[in-house]
Amino acid sequence: MDSEEETLYDDIDSGNESSGDDVDFAMDVESSNPIERTADTDEYPFEVLSTEEIVQHMVDCIKDVNTVVEIPATTTRILLNHFKWDKEKLMERFYDGDQEKLFTEAHVINPFTKTSALIKNRPQIKTNATEECGVCFMALPASMMTGLECGHRFCTSCWGEYLTTKIMEEGVGQTIACAAHACDILVDDANVMRLIKDSKVKLKYQHLITNSFVECNRLLRWCPSPDCNNAIKVQYVESKPVTCKCNHTFCFNCGENWHDPVKCRLLRKWIKKCDDDSETSNWIAANTKECPKCNVTIEKDGGCNHMICKNSCKTEFCWVCLGPWEPHGSSWYNCNRYDEADAKVARDAQEKSRAALQRYLFYCNRYMNHMQSLKFENKLYSSVKEKMEEMQQHNMSWIEVQFLKKAVDILCLCRQTLMYTYVFAYYLQKNNQSVIFEDNQRDLESATECLSEYLERDITSENLADIKQKVQDKYRYCDSRRKVLLEHVHEGYEKDWWDYLE
Amino acid sequence: MAALPRRIIKETQRLMQEPVPGISAVPDETNARYFHVIVTGPEDSPFEGGLFKLELFLPEDYPMSAPKVRFITKIYHPNIDRLGRICLDILKDKWSPALQIRTVLLSIQALLSAPNPDDPLANDVAELWKINESEAIRNAKEWTRRYAMDN
Repeated sequence: MDSEEETLYDDIDSGNESSGDDVDFAMDVESSNPIERTADTDEYPFEVLSTEEIVQHMVDCIKDVNTVVEIPATTTRILLNHFKWDKEKLMERFYDGDQEKLFTEAHVINPFTKTSALIKNRPQIKTNATEECGVCFMALPASMMTGLECGHRFCTSCWGEYLTTKIMEEGVGQTIACAAHACDILVDDANVMRLIKDSKVKLKYQHLITNSFVECNRLLRWCPSPDCNNAIKVQYVESKPVTCKCNHTFCFNCGENWHDPVKCRLLRKWIKKCDDDSETSNWIAANTKECPKCNVTIEKDGGCNHMICKNSCKTEFCWVCLGPWEPHGSSWYNCNRYDEADAKVARDAQEKSRAALQRYLFYCNRYMNHMQSLKFENKLYSSVKEKMEEMQQHNMSWIEVQFLKKAVDILCLCRQTLMYTYVFAYYLQKNNQSVIFEDNQRDLESATECLSEYLERDITSENLADIKQKVQDKYRYCDSRRKVLLEHVHEGYEKDWWDYLE
Repeated sequence: MAALPRRIIKETQRLMQEPVPGISAVPDETNARYFHVIVTGPEDSPFEGGLFKLELFLPEDYPMSAPKVRFITKIYHPNIDRLGRICLDILKDKWSPALQIRTVLLSIQALLSAPNPDDPLANDVAELWKINESEAIRNAKEWTRRYAMDN
């Protein structure tokens, strides 16, 4: 049994191991991940598994079952797959139910009765006789013919071609049936590995097997980051953030980026809505705007929301609300709140639908704005990195300049939280608590924009002492406001404050 | 064009030597993978007495993938559409390389005897077949007479 597993998995692809270490903006290897550092809420245990570890985990699952149930490991794998890798369910059915029915449902021959099946299905074979292969119609010596326990025999080269077609053309791994017509007995790993000669096909087969192992196992999820071959393993499914070795943090339950405070269900609904609406209008709304004074079209490619029109008019305005910038610097900051009273002005049906679209665009706009800004913060990471290196050459210690990276970390976290607060707010019905939520949102947003502006400014070794204090104060404030906002929403979930517009 | 695989040569030879009653399949003179097929309508079916022309093509990776078969003669049948495309499991996901031209054509003939309106391809036909079977059968007979019986 062990040797069978080795033939299946010994030349498994080692995957793109390098991808985790050379992420552009990783500043220092020893610096901790921003999400991990703030994972101060309740513990959610998880493990990151590499491709090899996934295979090992699969082999362990099979062995676990096999210590109790004594059947070939390859049959166990088919059975486990049939039960979506739920060992308990398999055991329960194996010992409590009708075993014959179980094997039939899983499309395998009962290993306890297979010798009789073999004899029944091919009584006429003599070692020196030739048989005709039903696929290539060649008369071949019996030694070149082979088949599964169901007794349907074809020549080894037709088997190889058949399996290759299934794997390479149709992408089938777990459920390749016998080549005979109307026979649903599944081909097991050992036979696949024995009959396929091409290592490329073998590798694809291994990928298909591990992929379906991860896909149908509730406690496993592939890291959704492109080019990452790791999977996350948890002990129970919950909507919680998990961070892969490649540094990507996502929600285990839905696979999206970690989206606190909004819940998976509403986020899925939101994403679907965004996809349904015209891409072009979304793009134009999210990526370009006109200067409120001279009407020149502007595409924002980085930086904070404090805009200064470069088209000689020099108007200072807010990128989000296009209003003058001046009030944003003070407590007048009020561009995160959509005024429901204004929406009610809509009189007839047409105006209503227009208002709905505008309402959607209002939230979508702010959601997209933070998403865009979040993408640009990668640039900020590299420019901040340069600054930090420069400062260290000017007699500053490594520890003294770390606040800059920390500030960008917090900025990103705040943007991400803010981004999802707009999804939450879009579906939220107005009540006293929603007003408090919007206040929290506004406060966090204005502080975040302020922090962003500080970081965009020229920070040099001359003004460092002055700005360091400001930046540190601001990011501490942002961080604490972010926590306050999230805790308030979580409290609302517990106390059932939130009503949704759906 | 690549040499014809032994399987296709042998299958064609056997098809010529031991033809299936009620079915003829002749390879095209210029393309050995293309067959001109005639299936006679089975007895006790609305297609009785009709001669139905079909075309059959063996794709490059035959027998690993199924032959492509299509009715050329118009036929009123819930599992065959206006273009003559056939809804038959063995031509799709239930294909096995152990099946042959012979078995495929026999299955098609059997489909004529036993239409399956619950798995339809031609929706309007299947609908009528379910609501008013006798009228559907009358239509099928009429179409057989009109399209499958001249010459």
